[in-house]
Amino acid sequence: MKILVCVKRVLDPQVKARVKADESGVDLANAKMTMNPFCENALEEALRLREAGVVEEIIVASVGGGKTEETLRHGLAMGADRAIQVVTEDALEPLGIAKVLKQIAEQEGVGMVIAGKQAIDDDSNQTAQMLSALLGWSQATYCSEIKIEGDMATVTREVDAGLETIQVKMPAVMSADLRLNEPRYVKLPDVMKAKRKPMDKIELDSLGLDTANRLTTLKVEEPEGRAAGVIVNSVSELVEKLRNEAKVI
Amino acid sequence: MENRVMGNLVIVEHDNNEVGAATLHAVTAAQQIGGDIDLLVAGENCSAVADAAAKIAGVSSVKLADDAKFGHHLAENLASLIVDVAAGYTHVLASATTFGKNVMPRAAALLDKAQISEIVEVKSPDTFVRPIYAGNALATVQSSDDIKMITVRTIKFEPAATEGGSASVEAISGGTDAGLSSWVSQAVSNNDQVDLTSAKIVVSGGRGMQNGDNFSMLHSVAAKLGAAVGASRAAVDSGFVPNELQVGQTGKVIAPDLYIAVGISGAIQHLAGMKESKVIVAINNDSEAPIFQVADYGLVADLFEAVPELDAAL
Repeated sequence: MKILVCVKRVLDPQVKARVKADESGVDLANAKMTMNPFCENALEEALRLREAGVVEEIIVASVGGGKTEETLRHGLAMGADRAIQVVTEDALEPLGIAKVLKQIAEQEGVGMVIAGKQAIDDDSNQTAQMLSALLGWSQATYCSEIKIEGDMATVTREVDAGLETIQVKMPAVMSADLRLNEPRYVKLPDVMKAKRKPMDKIELDSLGLDTANRLTTLKVEEPEGRAAGVIVNSVSELVEKLRNEAKVI
Repeated sequence: MENRVMGNLVIVEHDNNEVGAATLHAVTAAQQIGGDIDLLVAGENCSAVADAAAKIAGVSSVKLADDAKFGHHLAENLASLIVDVAAGYTHVLASATTFGKNVMPRAAALLDKAQISEIVEVKSPDTFVRPIYAGNALATVQSSDDIKMITVRTIKFEPAATEGGSASVEAISGGTDAGLSSWVSQAVSNNDQVDLTSAKIVVSGGRGMQNGDNFSMLHSVAAKLGAAVGASRAAVDSGFVPNELQVGQTGKVIAPDLYIAVGISGAIQHLAGMKESKVIVAINNDSEAPIFQVADYGLVADLFEAVPELDAAL
């Protein structure tokens, strides 16, 4: 089985997002960028499925501008076999991304797609579900365990109440939660090897899809900060303040 | 675009017995958008849910799709029903819980509509505010879609009253059994504890707790305060506690009256889940920990001394 892993280039999770002075968005100029952490979980799972003999080929794909290639190279260094960059400088919404990925999945004839459950920049948590809908495939989101046997997969999902187990028919679109696995570290020889792995570039316009955004961002602003607090010197002082000042206990 | 009469459809989250509390917040968001509010109850043997939903204040009608194929809210089947019902509405809303987040984007894509995730404010019927970058920025977005597909972040909307409404209940059919997935099991959480998402007080532990056994200290404090116990991602990743306790960007987003963070450093993704709490207390032995920047009351101390002392003082 071929598997498609969808990845996104995002602001490094350790870096605090800063809003531009003109409130047009978040300032990403010169910011440290990385592969979205959940996408790393997704790719790691694909690598483990290949090691287990369930998957033969791993294609890592992303939609974005010039530097998206760096993120895909990271995916190749982790162990993906080849990469596809759908090139556009526009920031597509999840629906547009899902339309693009549907076309890639069908062209490549993959038997499964796995993505991160959400990107830590726009926090939409939509793309995998939308792609599953457009393909008409089974959907398994927020996976913390995936077992594939023949044309069925048993998946444990992280839901608000705890853990839910479902069975889905393959082909399926799945989304990775954090506890699915621990992504491997990339070693230097793997980085060198990744430079020679195939990287296809497809211009978005050549796909002939309607990927027009439906939302207009009118303003991006910083949330109100919290007023500075106080340091208390003892547990008894803390309890006294919670009782008599904050009146919350 | 046809000129639709403004109307909201709220997808009810439930367990086939009771209306989930999160839905009440989505109803309030619908009230702020304006127009009629209809509720969709899809499940199996769930007429009690529809009857309870009909009593929610401000609701015009309840559509009840009672069918085995909706029993476990599998995304494929439920999304197909939402698509069938959504055509008559300008807004379709669900709570931004794992229930709503799972099914709504699927329905949106089938309708060829964008989804507006986790709104925290209604500016107008087509303009909404939503957090991005773990809540470090707030985006105001305007939708051009004729059906607006929305998930609602519960903490920013008060719950609608569960009494006072007298809506009609209409049985409907629709949706398909896609036959793509089936429900196997649900690991049941410890039900005798206070619900994390609705608790007035939450006591959370982080990596500093060192192991799962030490969380018993927090449970003891929580029992005295009538509080729920939560955890940081680090504590969940380390296997100290189960995933449903995780508070943060990708766990639960909560806003209790009092949040006590014990041994939690305060990573960006954790703050995203609790910084709307009314009063925040941080107990940590590292005075440089970022959690102190959002805490109303900080105590720089060894938690293994401070927490038993706190327990004794309550």
